[in-house]
Amino acid sequence: MSGSPFLVLSAILFTIGCVGVLTRRNAIVVFMCVELMLNASNLALVTFARVNGNLDGQVAAFFVMVVAAAEVVVGLAIIMTIFRTRRSASVDDASLLKY
Amino acid sequence: MVAFWILSPIMVLAALGLLFARKAVHAALLLAVVMIGLSVLYLVQDAPFLFTVQIIVYTGAILMLFLFVLMLVGVDASDSIVETIRGQRLMAVGVGLLFGVVLVVLVGQVALGTPTGLAQANADGNLPGLAQLLFSKYVFAFEATSALLITAAVGAMVLAHRERITPKLTQADRAAQRMRDYAEKGTHLGPLPSPGVFARHNAVDTPALLPDGTPAQTSVSRILMTHGTVKPAPRHDIEQLTATMDDGARPRGPIDGDPTVHGETENVDGAPTPDGRSSS
Amino acid sequence: MSIPLAASAPVIDPSPASGVFNLLWVVIALPALGAALILLLGNRRTSGFAHLLGCATVLGSFVISLVLFVTLLGRDESDRQVGQVVYNWVDAGSFHAPFGLLYDQLSALFLLLITGVGSLIHIYSVGYMEHDARRARFFGYLNLFVAAMLTLVLGDNYLVLFLGWEGVGLASYLLIGFWQHKPSAAVAAKKAFVVNRVGDIGMALGTMLFFATFGTVSFAGISAAADRADDLTMTFLGLLLLLAACGKSAQVPLQSWLLDAMEGPTPVSALIHAATMVTAGVYLVVRSNFVFDHTELAQTAVVVVGAVTLLWGAIIGCAKDDIKKALAGSTMSQIGYMMLAAGLGPAGYAFAIFHLLTHGFFKANLFLGAGSVMHAMDDDVDMRHYGALSKAVPVTFLTFAIGYLAIIGIPPFAGFWSKDKIIEAAFGDNLVVGLATLVGAGITAFYMSRVMLMTYFGRKRWEEGVHPHESPKVMTIPLMVLAALSALGGLLIFGDWIVDWLAPVVGPEPELHLGVPTIVLTLVVLVVVLVGVAVAWLTVGRHEVPRTAPAKVSFATRAARADLYGDAFNEGVLMRPGDRFVEGLVVFDDRGVDAFVDGTASSFRGMSGTFRRLQTGYVRSYALSLLGGAVLVVLALLAVNIA
Repeated sequence: MSGSPFLVLSAILFTIGCVGVLTRRNAIVVFMCVELMLNASNLALVTFARVNGNLDGQVAAFFVMVVAAAEVVVGLAIIMTIFRTRRSASVDDASLLKY
Repeated sequence: MVAFWILSPIMVLAALGLLFARKAVHAALLLAVVMIGLSVLYLVQDAPFLFTVQIIVYTGAILMLFLFVLMLVGVDASDSIVETIRGQRLMAVGVGLLFGVVLVVLVGQVALGTPTGLAQANADGNLPGLAQLLFSKYVFAFEATSALLITAAVGAMVLAHRERITPKLTQADRAAQRMRDYAEKGTHLGPLPSPGVFARHNAVDTPALLPDGTPAQTSVSRILMTHGTVKPAPRHDIEQLTATMDDGARPRGPIDGDPTVHGETENVDGAPTPDGRSSS
Repeated sequence: MSIPLAASAPVIDPSPASGVFNLLWVVIALPALGAALILLLGNRRTSGFAHLLGCATVLGSFVISLVLFVTLLGRDESDRQVGQVVYNWVDAGSFHAPFGLLYDQLSALFLLLITGVGSLIHIYSVGYMEHDARRARFFGYLNLFVAAMLTLVLGDNYLVLFLGWEGVGLASYLLIGFWQHKPSAAVAAKKAFVVNRVGDIGMALGTMLFFATFGTVSFAGISAAADRADDLTMTFLGLLLLLAACGKSAQVPLQSWLLDAMEGPTPVSALIHAATMVTAGVYLVVRSNFVFDHTELAQTAVVVVGAVTLLWGAIIGCAKDDIKKALAGSTMSQIGYMMLAAGLGPAGYAFAIFHLLTHGFFKANLFLGAGSVMHAMDDDVDMRHYGALSKAVPVTFLTFAIGYLAIIGIPPFAGFWSKDKIIEAAFGDNLVVGLATLVGAGITAFYMSRVMLMTYFGRKRWEEGVHPHESPKVMTIPLMVLAALSALGGLLIFGDWIVDWLAPVVGPEPELHLGVPTIVLTLVVLVVVLVGVAVAWLTVGRHEVPRTAPAKVSFATRAARADLYGDAFNEGVLMRPGDRFVEGLVVFDDRGVDAFVDGTASSFRGMSGTFRRLQTGYVRSYALSLLGGAVLVVLALLAVNIA
C-alpha cells in the first residue's frame, strides 16, 4: 500500500502532540505529549524506510527510541526534583525566569 | 491496510483523549493505546524488530516509568481546567491546526510513488539487516547512544538523590521525644484515636467522633486529608445515633449548635467540598 | 577686457639641485631650527641668547639666499629652475606630494626679500623689544614666521605651499596677539585668524580641485598640463586662488583684519606688511600664472579686487590719526596695486613682483620708522600728539622721508619706477582701471604727505613729560639700510632687467599699446602726485592740527575713519545672521535632533518595556512561539517549492 496514509497519520499525531504540549500544564502530561510527537516521527521514519526499500529509516527510529528513553529518565528525574521542592508538577509554576 | 484503517481512528481518538483527559493516569493509559497501535503499524510495515522494541521499551519501560512518577507525585492530582495564560489555549489550537493542515496538505501533495518494499532489504531477516547497518554504517552513533544512556542514568541518580543531613531517628529517640512532648506541651501520650467509629463506611477515611459529637481530626491520616478523600460525618448518622441513646438526651456540643459543622456543609473540617477541592 | 591670452604659460621644469643648490633646504631649516630651539626650550632658558640666535638664523638664511642668487645669475637662462626633494612627504595611492622645493627666478627674489628685510627687522627688534620680558619668545615667533614664509615661496607644489600658508597664518596669529594681556590685541589676533581661515578655504579647495583635475598638485605637473584643462575648471581654480589671496593679502572683501593687526608690536607690522604674509597672495597669483592665463574671468576678478582695494585702502589711510593704521591703509592700497598688476596677466606679473620688492623696502622702512617715532614718543601712536619731530629724531626723519618719497612715487626713488610701470600697464589694458590707479596715486600722495606733515612738521603737540630721543643704533642702522634700498630699488628695472629675469617664469611681457607716449603718462602721474601733496599741504600743513580729532566732519571722513564700514558690513551681514543662524541651529539641535534622538531612545525603551512582557517565564508560551516559527518555516519551504 502507499505510504501517504501513514504519513498523514504521523502528521496528525504530531500535531496533536504539539497542541498537547502547548495546552496541558501537568509536566508529566506535557512529557507524554512530547513522547507522542517522537512516536509520530518514528512512524514517518518507518514508513519512509518501507517506501525507499532500505533499513536506514528503521535504524533512525531505533535511535530515536534510545534517545527518548534517556530523555525520559532525565526529564522525569527533573520533574521529581521540582515537585519535591515546589510541591507542584505544573509547568506554569516554574516561571521565575522572566522579566 | 485493514489494520491501518482500523487502528488509525483509534489512535487519533486516543491521542485526542490525551489532550482532554483530566487525570494524568488516564492520559498515560491513552498514550499506551497509541503506542501499541503504532507498534502494530510497525509490524505492518515490515519492521518486526521495531514492533518488539516499541512494546518492550516504550510501552513496557517508559510508560511504566511515567506511571511510577505519577504515583510519587500523586495519582489523583488532576489538572485545573482554567487556563492561566491569556489566549494560550486559543492560539495553541489555532497555530496547531494551521501546522497540522499545512503538514497534511504537504504530505498529501507529495507523490511517493509505489513503495519499494523491504522484501529485498529484509532478505536475511529484519534483525540481521538492522544489525548489519547498526554495526557498520552507524557504529559510531550507536556507541554514542550507549554513552548517552549511561550519562542519563547517572544524571537521573544525581537528580533524584537526596542527601540525609540529620541522623536517622531510632525507636528509642521517638519514645524519648514523645515523653518530652508530653512533659512540655501536654501532648497525648497514648496512640492516636482510630477512625470510623460508626463502622458504616470504609472506616479509614471517616473521622471518629468525640464524646461531644465533634469529629476527631487526629483520627484520620493527614495524607488522606490533603488528598481530599476524607468522607464527611453524615448528619443523619449522628441523629440516628442520638435517637437510639437510652436517656434520649441529645448530645451536647456543636453538632446542631455549631453551624460551621452541621449547618449547610455537614462536613468535617478538612473534608473535601462538593466540588472536589479541599476547603482547608 | 582686451587681455591677450598667452597661447600657453611657461612650463615649470626644474632640474635637480646640484652643487651649492643642495643648501636650499637649509634656508628654511635655519629659522625653523631657531624657532624650535627658542619655543621648545621656553622663554626663560633662552632669554639670554634668543635675540642673537634669531638674528643669526635669519642672517644665515640671507647669506645662503645671496649665494644661491649669485650662483643662479651665473647660470644659463634656460637652466635657472632648480628643484630639490627634501623627503617624500605624502605618498598615498595615486596621491604623491613630496616635500619638494623649487628655486627659480621668482622664488629667488622672494628669498632675498624675505631673508633680507626679515634680517633687518630682526635686528631692529633687538632694540625695539629690549624691555619686553618675553623677547625670547618674540624672536621664536619671528623665526617661525620667516620659516613659514620661506616654505610658502619655496614649495614646489600646492601642498607644501599650503603648509607654509598655514604656518604664516599661525605665526601671524601668535605675533598679532603677542601682547595678549591687551584684550584688543587678543581680539585682533583672533580676527586675523578667522578672516584668514575664510581665505584658506579657497586655498584648500583649490588644492583639492587641482588634484581632482590634474591628478597632481605640483607646479611642474600642473603647468605642463594646464593647456588640457577646460575653461570652466580653470575659472573655478582662479577664483578659489583669488579667494585665498584675498584672505592673506587683505584684499576687499577680506581686508578687515589688516588694520586691527596693528595691535601687534611694530616690527611685526613691518614683517607682515613688507616682507611676508600680505605678499603671499600676490605670490600665489603670480606663481599660478599658468592658471590665470587660461581664464579671462578670474583675471578680471583679480583686477577688480585690486582696483577696489587700492582705492579702499587709500581712502582709509586718509582719515586715520593712528600712524600705524595710516600706514596699514597704505599697505592695503599698495597690495591692491600689486594684485591689479598680477591680474593684468603677463603684462603685469613682472611689475607686480617689482612693486612688491620696492614696497617691501619702503614699507619696512616706513613701519620701522614709525616704530622708531613711537619709541621716541613713549609708544604713543596718535599723530595728533606728534609734530615738529624732524629735529628730535633726525635719522628717523631722514630715512622716513626717503621712504615717503619712494611710496608716493617721486623719481628717482624706488616707488616711482614700480608704480609708474603698473599705471602704464593698467592704462594699456583699460582706461577705467588706469584711472583708478592714477587716482590711487594721487590719494597716496595726499595721505602720506599728511602723515609726514603731522609727524615731523608743524608745532609741538607732545603729551606732557614726553622727551623724544633718537633710537639706538641697532634700530637706526636697519632704517638706513632700508632707506638706501628704498632709494635705489628702482635700479632693478633698468634695462628691463627684472622683466627679462622673470620672463621664463611668468611669460614674456607683451608689447604695450598706449595712445600716448609713456613719457606723457609719466608726467601726468607726477602732476597728480604733486597735486596730492599740494592738497595735503593746503589742508594739513598750513593749519594748526587740533590735538583731538574734530567731531564735526564730512560723511566721507566718518566713513573712512570707520574703515569704510567694512567691520560694520561684516558684523551686519555675516556676524549677526551667523549668530542668528547658530541660535537657530541650537534650537534645532535641542528641539529637533535631541528630540528625535531622545524620542528614538524613549520609544525603544517603551517598546522594550512592552516586549519585555513577552518574556512571561511560561515555558508553554515559548513553545508556542517555537511552533509558530516552525509553521513559518514550513510555509516558506512550501512557497519556495511551489515557486
